[in-house]
Amino acid sequence: MKPRAFSYFRADTIDQALNAHARAGDDARFIAGGQSLVPALSLRLQAPRLLIDIAHIADLRGIRREGDTLRIGALTRHCEMLSEPLIAEFAPLLRAAAPFVAHPAIRNRGTFGGSVALADPASEFPAMTLALGAEIEIAGPSGSRRVKADDFFIDLFETALQPGELITAVHVPLFRSGQRFAFDELARRRGDYALVGCGILASHTGDRIDDIRIAFFSVGNTPTRVKGAEAALTGFTFDAARIAAAQAALEDDLAPPESDEVPPAMRLHLARVLLGRLLGRLGEGA
Amino acid sequence: MSGIGDDMLVDGADETMRVRFVVNGRKVACEVAPRETLVDCLRNVLELTGTHAGCEMGACGACLVQIDGRAVHSCLMFAVQADGARIDTIEGLSESGVIADLQAEFHRRNALQCGFCTPGMLVNAHELLSQVTRPSREAIRDALSGNYCRCTGYEAIVDAIDAVAKARVEARVEVRSEGGSAT
Repeated sequence: MKPRAFSYFRADTIDQALNAHARAGDDARFIAGGQSLVPALSLRLQAPRLLIDIAHIADLRGIRREGDTLRIGALTRHCEMLSEPLIAEFAPLLRAAAPFVAHPAIRNRGTFGGSVALADPASEFPAMTLALGAEIEIAGPSGSRRVKADDFFIDLFETALQPGELITAVHVPLFRSGQRFAFDELARRRGDYALVGCGILASHTGDRIDDIRIAFFSVGNTPTRVKGAEAALTGFTFDAARIAAAQAALEDDLAPPESDEVPPAMRLHLARVLLGRLLGRLGEGA
Repeated sequence: MSGIGDDMLVDGADETMRVRFVVNGRKVACEVAPRETLVDCLRNVLELTGTHAGCEMGACGACLVQIDGRAVHSCLMFAVQADGARIDTIEGLSESGVIADLQAEFHRRNALQCGFCTPGMLVNAHELLSQVTRPSREAIRDALSGNYCRCTGYEAIVDAIDAVAKARVEARVEVRSEGGSAT
């Protein structure tokens, strides 16, 4: 199918983009990589009057250290997560997740900010912002603000973003010594949406887990932290009994949706299997 | 495009915009409606029909072209978004000779039957081999995961790409062992 007719405006600055959105009476959409928005328009799931192209706004680009965090510009492409040395050093969990995001050609255009803004519950990066304890930097008509990833994802494709707001960057605490990370997902074919996926960031003193953040995707309406499983591990080591306790906690942490293709019990089982594998890897010092 | 006026908001009307690209090394300007995808612009306006429109939702990979040197789906962007970009289609890659060995190997190994997916396969294979000199078969399959072929079962395609990667590495070694100044 073809999209409904719309007008197109290429913004050079964030202010231009915000003003254009305000003047369009909110019947507008920002477009960056467009790898999810263009098909949504083609299928006429969305039909805005105006597309505001933000892909050429310099202030949305670039990756740099800011104090204890890495500021990842919203326009950072998925493929850059694989090639940028700063990502490899300071946000290795994102690098580990990147090969699982769609296919190479999609990764060449899709953007990190766009993925987080869309908040597809089956996407890798939104869940990883949870695992990383990231903060989302937002610009809007009433100024800039920051929202913790924990408070950002509200419901199916619903986030803390208000109409007319856009993500300018994501701030990720720098990866440091004494931390370990793990990522994996289960999918029927490479590049398909995951049946279940998970990313973990753990802080250690010796083998003792001081803090652990575990985020799942493809398990419900939003990316989901599993706080029961986290609590089952915090203060302990990755021994078999604690891993089993964390796996058991998933029953309360997760409420997979009804689905003919992947019934809730199957998804919960896969989540337990995946968590067991990842915690096993972390225990081995991965 | 410095600001937006109310006159820019049109309801239902397909008002066109002027865009400029460098397509296969030639400067091109054309009038497109904002909703016109790049693949439609390439095929219908510029008559470059080597790029195929398949699923039109980024799933099949038949429409891959290079934008500023990277493989992208031309069905997943509007032509207006590509304003100012360098676009290389299968026609340009063919004429320049950079994929001649890939094309010959696809031909030799029957890595195509109907040929609908082939332009996308070649664009993808070209990008893979420009990034990774000697990818494993698994890496080749991974790179091709977004390209559908309904005829071959993929095996011959993987064989062809694998063979070209090997041949290119050997060619480089030969150049070096001849002691020339090739770099």
